[in-house]
Amino acid sequence: MDLKWNEFIITGDPLILGAQISILLGSIAVVAALTYFKKWTWLWKEWLTSVDHKKLGIMYILSALLMLFRGGIDGLMIRTQLAKPGMEFLDPQHYNEVFSTHGVIMILFMAMPFLIGLINYVVPLQIGARDVAFPYLNNLSFWTFFVGMALFNISFIIGGSPDAGWTAYTPLATNEFSPGPGQNYYLLAIQIAGIGTLMTGINFFVTILKMRTKGMTLMKMSMFTWTTLITMLIIIFAFPVLTVALALQTFDRLFGSVIFTLQGDGNPMLWVNLFWVWGHPEVYIVILPAFGIFSEIISTFARKQLFAYKAMVVSIVTISVLSFLVWVHHFFTMGNSAEANSFFSITTMAISIPTGVKIFNWLFTMYRGRITFTTPMLWALAFIPNFVIGGVTGVMLAMAAADYQYHNTYFLVSHFHYVLISGTVFACFAGLIYWYPKMFGHKLNEKIGKWAFWIFIIGFNVCFFPQYFLGLDGMPRRISTYTEADGWTGLNFISTIGAFMMGLAFLIFVVNIVYSWRFSPREKTGDAWGLGRNLEWATSSSIPPHYNFAVLPEVTGLDPYWDMKEKGLDQQKNVDYKPIHMPNNAATPIIMSVIMGAAAFGLVFHWYWIGIIGGIGIFITMIARSFDYNDGYYVSVEEIKETEAKANK
Amino acid sequence: MAHDHNVNPNAPLEYQSETGRLNITGFWTFLGAEIALFSTLFASYFALQARVGDGPTSNEMFEAGLVMIMTMLLLTSSFTCGIAIHEMRANNKTGVIIWMIITLILGAGFIGYELYEFVHYVHEGVTLSTSAHWSMFFILLGTHGLHVSIGIGWIILLLIQLARRGLTPKTASKVFISSLYWHFLDVVWIFIFTCVYLMGMVN
Ligand code: HEM
Ligand SMILES: [Cu+2]
Repeated sequence: MDLKWNEFIITGDPLILGAQISILLGSIAVVAALTYFKKWTWLWKEWLTSVDHKKLGIMYILSALLMLFRGGIDGLMIRTQLAKPGMEFLDPQHYNEVFSTHGVIMILFMAMPFLIGLINYVVPLQIGARDVAFPYLNNLSFWTFFVGMALFNISFIIGGSPDAGWTAYTPLATNEFSPGPGQNYYLLAIQIAGIGTLMTGINFFVTILKMRTKGMTLMKMSMFTWTTLITMLIIIFAFPVLTVALALQTFDRLFGSVIFTLQGDGNPMLWVNLFWVWGHPEVYIVILPAFGIFSEIISTFARKQLFAYKAMVVSIVTISVLSFLVWVHHFFTMGNSAEANSFFSITTMAISIPTGVKIFNWLFTMYRGRITFTTPMLWALAFIPNFVIGGVTGVMLAMAAADYQYHNTYFLVSHFHYVLISGTVFACFAGLIYWYPKMFGHKLNEKIGKWAFWIFIIGFNVCFFPQYFLGLDGMPRRISTYTEADGWTGLNFISTIGAFMMGLAFLIFVVNIVYSWRFSPREKTGDAWGLGRNLEWATSSSIPPHYNFAVLPEVTGLDPYWDMKEKGLDQQKNVDYKPIHMPNNAATPIIMSVIMGAAAFGLVFHWYWIGIIGGIGIFITMIARSFDYNDGYYVSVEEIKETEAKANK
Repeated sequence: MAHDHNVNPNAPLEYQSETGRLNITGFWTFLGAEIALFSTLFASYFALQARVGDGPTSNEMFEAGLVMIMTMLLLTSSFTCGIAIHEMRANNKTGVIIWMIITLILGAGFIGYELYEFVHYVHEGVTLSTSAHWSMFFILLGTHGLHVSIGIGWIILLLIQLARRGLTPKTASKVFISSLYWHFLDVVWIFIFTCVYLMGMVN
C-alpha cells in the first residue's frame, strides 16, 4: 500500500490530535515513573510474566476498565453529535468510525475481558484449586487479548479506524467500499484477541471439569462456576466460527479471494450468517457469567441458598443450546423465506422461557431473606427490572413481521443496551465491588459507591428509555445527524443528558478506587462481607496467598464455606502442610504475542514481508516452548507456615 | 501444574501424570473447537459451491487418480501412526520413532501432491480469485494442508525430544496428543474427499 506519512499518522482532526498528545504524554509519564521508581523488574516478574490466575484476572480487569473509558468516550461523542439536529461536532466519516469502534471495543475489549478477569480471579478459588489447568496458556490468552486490543486501539491514530460498523457487513466492508487500512485492523485485531478467548475457553472448561477439590461434584458447584463452565463451552463452539469468518474476509481484503465480494460470484450474505452464528452465542457469552455473578451476590446478601439451584442449571444449559439456533433473528428483513423467519422467530422467543425462570429464581431467593443493601446488592437489584425491560423488547423484536418495523431503528439500539448494560455492565461493577476486598484487601467505599450507583442507573434509563420511542418514531440507527423536521430533537437531547450522567458515574467510580485505596480500612479475614458462602471466602487471608489454599478444602454440599462456618470448622488451620507444586513464570507468551501484533500490523498495511518475518518469529517461540521441560517448583513447608502464620494474625 | 505429584503408575504412560491427563483432556477439547472450525469451512464451501462465475466447475478440474493417491497416503499414515502408539504402549522407543518417521514421510508425500495439485490449477488459470467457489476450495484445502504441515513440523520436534529424553510420562503424553491430531486430520480429509472431490466430480 502506498501511503504518504500524513495518511499513515492521522492528522488534521483536533479531537484525534488531542488524543494523540495525551497518549504520548501518558506513555512518557508511565515509562518515566517506572524508571524513576525502579519498577521495571517488579513489573516484569510480578505481573507481565506471571501465570497466577489472580494476577492475570486483575490485569484483565484493568485493561477492561481502560477500554470502558475509551469506549465510553466514543459513546459520549456519538451522543454529543446527536444531541441536536444538524450538529457539526463529528463529520459523517468520523461518526462512522466512532460508532464502529464503540461497538467492537465495548463487546470484545470491555465486556469479555472484564468478565474473563472476574472469572480468572474467582473461579479457581471457588472450586478449591490452586491454579487453572493450563497456567502458561492463561498468560498467553491474556497477552493475545492485550495485543489485539492495543492493535485495534492504535488504528485511530495510525492509518484510520474501521468504519463499517461492529458487524462489518459485506459488501460494505470489502475493499471496494472500504479501502484503506481501517477494516484490516478490525479483522486482524479481533482475530488475535479471539484466539486468546478460545484458549481461555478450553482452559477454564478443563479446569472446572478436572480440578475441582475433593467432594465438589458438578451439582455442588457455585452458580458462577456453572455459568462459567457453560460459557466456556459456548466459546469453544462459537469462536472458531468467528475465526473462520474473519479469516475469509481477511483473504478477500488482503489476498484477492472473492468470497463476500460482488465480483467473482461471491456472496455477501454468507458473512452476515457467519457473523451472527458467532454473534448471537457471543451475547450469551457475555450474559451468562453476569447471571452467575448476580446469583452469587443475591444469595450472599439475602443470606439464603439460591432458590431452585437445579432449575437454574437446567435453564443455563437450555440457553446455551438455544443460543446457537436463533442467529437469523438479526436479519429477518434480509430476504429469508417466511418459513425460515417463522422458525427463528419461535426459537428466539423460546429463549425467554429459561431466562424468565432465572428471574423468578432470583426473586424467590430474596423472598423472606434478610437482605443487606450493600452496593453490589444494589446493582444486582437494579439489574432485575432493567433487564426485564430489555428482555421484553427482545421478544417484541423476535416477532419477524413486527421486526420489519423495529429493525435498525433506535428501538433495537435501546434493546441491546438494556440487556448489555443492565446485564453485563451492572454485573461487572457488582462483581468487581463484591470481590474487590478479595483482590485488594480493602472494600470500596460504600457511600461513594452508592452515589455512583444511583447516578449511573438514573443516567442509564434517561439515556436509553427515550430511544425506544425514537425508534418507534422511525429514527434509524447509525445516522450521523437529523433535521428539526424529523421531530426527534427533544428525546435525543434527553438521551444525551443521560449519557453524560453515566460518564459522571464512571468518574465517581474511579475516584472511589483511589479514595478507597487511601482510606478504606484493611480487611483482616478472608470473609470480607462476613456473609461469604463459597470457597473464595475460605482463604486464610483477605488476599489469598499465591497458592490459594495451604490445605485444599473438602466439600460436602452447596455453599461449602457457609457450611464450614455453621459447623465451626476452619479447614485452613489444619497444621499438616505438604509442599505445594506451583508453575513457573513464563516469558514466551508476551514475546509471542508482541510478535503476532507486529506481524498483524504489517499486514494491515499490506507489508507482507513483515507478516512473513512475524510468522517465522511466532514459530520460533513455539519451538522454544516445545523444548521447555520446566516443571514448576515446590513451595516449601516453611514458607507455607510463615505465610499462614502472618495471615492468621 | 499444581497437582504434579498425583501420579498413577498403573495407567498407560501418557496418562500417568496429572499434567499428562490434563493435557489430553485439553487437547480433546481443542479438537472440539477444530470440529467447529472445519464445519464452518465446509458450510461455507457448500454455500458457495455453485458460485463458479466465469470460472470452471469442479468436475472440469478434478482428477480422480491424483486424489486417490493422496487419500491412500494419508489413510496409510493414520495407520502407521496408530502402530507408533502401539509401540509406545509396548515401551519401545525405537519402534515409536521408526513408525512416526514413516508416518511423516507419508504425510510429506500427501503435502507434495497437494502442492502439485494447487500449482497445476494455477497453471490452468484457476486461482483464489477465479470465483467464490475456487476461493473456498483453496481455503478449505489449504487450511487442512496447513494443519498437516504443522503436524509434520511438530512431530519432528517431538521425535527429537523423544530421542533425547526417552519415553517418560511427559514425552509420551506429547506423542499421544500429536497422534490424536494426526488421526483427526485424517477424518477431516475423508470429509474433504467425499464432499469436495467425489461430490464435485459427480455434479
Ligand atoms: C429475551 C431474550 C432476548 C431476545 C428475545 C432478543 C432478541 C433480539 C432480536 C430479535 C434482535 C434483532 C433485532 C433486529 O436487528 O431488528 C436482537 C438484537 C440484539 N440483541 Fe437481543 N435478545 C435477547 C436478549 C439479549 C441479550 C441477553 C443480549 C446481550 C447481553 C442481547 C444483545 C443483542 C444485541 C447486541 C443485538 C443487536 C446487535 C446489532 O444489530 O448490532 N440480546 N435481540
Ligand atoms: Cu441475537
